[in-house]
Parts: sequence; C-alpha cells; structure tokens
Amino acid sequence: MGILVDRNTRVLIQGITGREGSFHTKLMLEYGTKIVAGVTPGKGGQEVHGIPVYDTVKEAVEHSGHIDASVVFVPSRFARDAVLEAIDNGIKVVVVITEGISVHDEIAMVNHAKHNGTIMIGPNTPGVLTAGEAKLGIMPAHVFKTGYIGIISRSGTLTYEIARELGKKDYGVSTVVGMGGDPVIGMNYIELYEHFVRDPETKALIIIGEIGGDAEERFAKYYVETGREKPVVAYIAGRTAPPGKRMGHAGAIISMGLGDYKSKREALEKAGIPVADKPSDVPRLLSEIL
Amino acid sequence: MKLYEFEAKKIVRDHGIPVPDGMLARNIDEAVEAAKKIGVPVVLKSQVLVGRRGLAGGIRIAETLEDVAREAENLFNTRIRGEEVKYLLIEKKIDFERELYLSLAIDRTARKYVFLASPLGGVEIEELVKQHPDKLLKLYIDPATGYSPYMSRTTAKFLGLPKEMWKDLHNIMNSMYKLMIGLDAELVEFNPLAVTRKGLIALDAKIRIDDNSLYRHPELQDKALRELSPREQVAKKYGFSYVELDGNIGIICNGAGLTMATMDLVAYYGGKPANFLDIGGGATRERVKEAAKLILTHERVKVVLINIFGGITRCDEVARGVIEAVEETGTHKPIVVRMLGTNEEEGKRILEEYGYKVFSEADEAVRKAVELARR
Repeated sequence: MGILVDRNTRVLIQGITGREGSFHTKLMLEYGTKIVAGVTPGKGGQEVHGIPVYDTVKEAVEHSGHIDASVVFVPSRFARDAVLEAIDNGIKVVVVITEGISVHDEIAMVNHAKHNGTIMIGPNTPGVLTAGEAKLGIMPAHVFKTGYIGIISRSGTLTYEIARELGKKDYGVSTVVGMGGDPVIGMNYIELYEHFVRDPETKALIIIGEIGGDAEERFAKYYVETGREKPVVAYIAGRTAPPGKRMGHAGAIISMGLGDYKSKREALEKAGIPVADKPSDVPRLLSEIL
Repeated sequence: MKLYEFEAKKIVRDHGIPVPDGMLARNIDEAVEAAKKIGVPVVLKSQVLVGRRGLAGGIRIAETLEDVAREAENLFNTRIRGEEVKYLLIEKKIDFERELYLSLAIDRTARKYVFLASPLGGVEIEELVKQHPDKLLKLYIDPATGYSPYMSRTTAKFLGLPKEMWKDLHNIMNSMYKLMIGLDAELVEFNPLAVTRKGLIALDAKIRIDDNSLYRHPELQDKALRELSPREQVAKKYGFSYVELDGNIGIICNGAGLTMATMDLVAYYGGKPANFLDIGGGATRERVKEAAKLILTHERVKVVLINIFGGITRCDEVARGVIEAVEETGTHKPIVVRMLGTNEEEGKRILEEYGYKVFSEADEAVRKAVELARR
C-alpha cells in the first residue's frame, strides 16, 4: 500500500542514458521498482541495465503496453519538454528529479499537469519511495524501514536524517514523498496529505518543512478545517536563516513578507501539530501522539 | 538576479511604459550636467541593489544646480546599507496626485503569475501583505491563456482610477506581462506608480530575473555576479551554495535542508553559525576542497563543523577534499566531523588518520563544535 506508487507501478525513466539516470535506474531496479522503459531522444534501440530505450515517450508507451509513472532525470534546459511529453502521452504520475529548472518552465509544467489530471512531484525532489515496494527517485533506500509513518518533505538529506532517527526507535515508513525544493512545485502538503488520509496503512505523518513560502501555514489551516484526520509531527529547518537570502533551495527564501520560521511554527502548533526543535526529537514527539 | 533601477527603467521605457526623463551620472559633474539638461527640480536616486534605499537616505531632491552638486557629493560618499553608490539616476521631479502600488510576481502557492495592486503606493509589499491585506488586490494569470484586458479594468476599479486612465493601465499591465515572460523575470514592480494630471507614470521600477532562466539571457549573465560577495562568487564558480552569517562556527553540509538544520542545531546548543554552505549532491573532492578552503580561511571562523549524510555524496570524497584543503591552507583550526552513509568507513579512516574525530550523531558533533568555539 502506501500512496502514489507501489510494486505494480509500471515506470518509465526519461533521461535514462545520462549519468544520473543510468546510475539510479540500477538502484531503483535493485529496490524492486518495475521499470519497463526508458527514453532518451536519439538513443532509441539501446538498452540500459536491460531496460529498452526509446526515442520518444509515444514509442515507449506503445511498446511497453502501459506506463503509470515517469521519473525525469533530463537536464534542466530540456526538462519542460520532457515533462510535457510525459503528460501529453497520458502518464498520470510524473516525478521530476531535475534541479535548477526555470521557474517559468515550472509554472508551465505544473499548470499543464493540473489541466490534464496528472500528478507531478517536484521538481528538485529526491523522489517517492513506498517502503519495500517501489522507489522512484534517488533516495538511499537503506535508511527507510518499512512501517506506517508517511513523510512529506521539502528536503532530501534532511529526510534521510530524520528517517534514520525514526529507524533507531523502530519506526518505519509507508511512503516518503519529496515535494521538491523549488518555489513552484507540482504537489504540496495539502494535496499529498489527502492521499495519505485515504491510505489505511499510514497511521501518522511527518512533515519536514523549511523557510520560504506559506505552504506549512496553509497546511496547518487545512488540517484543522478537515478535522485533524491523522496525527502529524513537524520539523522546520531554517530558524537561523536570514531574510532575503536563498538558502540553497530556490524556494528557501524569506521574501515578500512570507516564509519565516516563527510564522510556520506558530501556525503548526496552533493547529495541534507538535514541532520538533531538532531532528533527533522527532521520534519522541511521534511516540507522544501515537 | 536584480537589475539596477536605471536598467529596469530602460527596459520598461522600451516596452512603452511611461517613466520620468532621466540620465545616469557616475560623478558630481555628470550629475550637474544631467540636471542642467533635464531642468531642475530633479530627484537624485542612488543606484544600489539593496532594498529600502529611500528609508536609508538614498534618494534626494534638489531644487537648484548647487543643491544637485551638494547632494550628489553626499550620495557618492555614502554607503546605502553597506553598498557603495557607483551611479546616480538623475530624474525630472514629477508632481503627482497620488501614488499606487503595482507589480507582477509569481505566486508559489497558486503556481501562477499574479498581479498585485494597491492604492497604498510607496508602502513596501511586505507591509501590504501583513498589515493591509484588504488594500491589496491579487489577480491570478493562467500561463496557458496569459494576460487579458479585463484584468486592467478590475485593477483600475480597485484603485479608483478615472475612466480616462483605464486604457493607460491596460497598456502598462499588458507590457508588464510581455516583459515578465520575455525576460524570464520573477518580479516586475512599480512602487510607486504615480497618478499625475497627464496620466500614469512609473516613478520607480524594480525587475528581478529568475536565476535558473539566465542561460536564456546571455547578455545578463555577467551582471548576475555583481550582487555576490567575493566568497559567494567562489561558491558560484565551483557549484556550491554559500550564505554569509555572523557567527564563528563554519558549517559545511550536503543538502540545503540538512545545512539549515545544522545551523539551527548550532544555535540550539548555544553556538553561532558563521555561514550556510551546501556542497550539493554528489560533490567531487575538488568542490569539497574549494568549499573547505573558503571556510578554513574565513577570519571569523574559529571551528569548522562538517555534517554529511552521504547518498549520492561519498564520504571518502568529502574526507579527501577536506584534507587537501587543510594541507593547502596550512590551517590549524579545529574541525569537527559527522559523517554517515556512502563510503562512511573510508571517509572516517582518512580523517582519523589526520587526527580528526568523526562522530556518527549530529547532536554530539554540534555540541563538540560549540564547546570548542567557546574556548
């Protein structure tokens, strides 16, 4: 179970012949992900780790029967084109790993996905992992034990750090979703929380946020309005970040009067969501609400 | 990246949006010469990239040419929030009836473009959002369909503009949208947009370009470096992210979230971070070396704290990069390391050989670094 992807999800890798695409295809296969095809324009006819490569998504879909999801490793300048190609060929889940995409391209991609009923994760995400079933992305699989905690995160390595802390106390995960570190992303906390609420295997959620934007504040409001359906614990990074500076992620910036730590923490706590002072406190807060 | 006001105004004027007559001055003589041509009274505006320059005294009005010379001298000798004034924009002083706020921005929540308008011109957007949300109109634009003229009529009504100005506002908003898309801007802001007897005129213009789109604008790429400090320029060159802070514990991590969490942890245990430094995913030994050199040679840094959670980043590459940096700089500053993940054992071995203690828990490493910084 879990959300978005499982062991039956048939996966396409866009940019499969590139360094990252090829390397992570191997790791995803080792995890058990059902990768059925890859696409790199001009490289059709090759194979990568036994997976057939096509020139276009259309050919990949035609030859592989059916494709449920795509993982995009295409370089930032060509990512918009690749994502639109996936959406227009009817793929319903598109996970965009690529970092550094133009925000204008992101706006075009996200809106096109919405208009076509496609779930787009990222860009600038470590991907999605349903424990023991499928990994669509670049997360180091060994830090995630199988269990009943869902994770929604804006950060990669911080997710691994917190997953490891959870593992030390024997908490495993159902599905882990990296939302992406860019200002404009396909799915936010609210939309992903909705999926987790419907998943019987997820008993509680962890939200890993950071400064920038107001996604955490909006989620807090939504969480209360919808009756706090599942328990949530949060950690927010960037308490010491100065305003007006981009902290690594394009989206991690306090600007236009939005996005500071205090506002996020207060909104979450007011909604009844405990906020951990540090990553190693997350398991304790979780044990207190379960 | 930000554009200077004079650069933004040139673009804006080329798009048919009215701005005051103005000339750029690099010294006092040029300022006086410009004022002569334009005709006093004039406004002298320091050209800096930091915000809120008006409040910092960066804008002066001069009624006579003597005033121009005196105020120009003052401005050239002032630092505006730490930034040197290299240029003044000398502009005709405009009499206006009222000031408005108008911008086109990206709304990350709606994931669309948004026009922001307010009758409270001259107030910063931060304050409008927080203090006067009822005085702020937001009109979202779907990228698939773009700008449509009704948006200007809705805005004109909200701002209380007379019917004669509706066409002007339409022209301005239409041009703003074209400019935003054509230039890959993330913000086009007129604050204030003034209402005069002759019509609307943008007294100030701010344009910010999306850094990730700069490859499409080679003419702007060099300009992107000028707002960076020397250390930030090194970071950009080698492909890692660096932000200067004011503490004495230098931080090197992988991943933006983990780096911020490490800064926060330092503060939690009573220390002060000197910087944010994210070496990025899969950093090579070379990149780590340059990053470590930057921190090791920073005069304010007393202790270096390295926190790595290796996935695509390999601990041994990090360890080798750090050791090379230590050897090249010959520094004896204490280095505290926390290292976990891919090739962790090899990374630890390399560092321990050089006498550095490697922790597996972030909390322990941070506490140690804070303790060392206190000595």
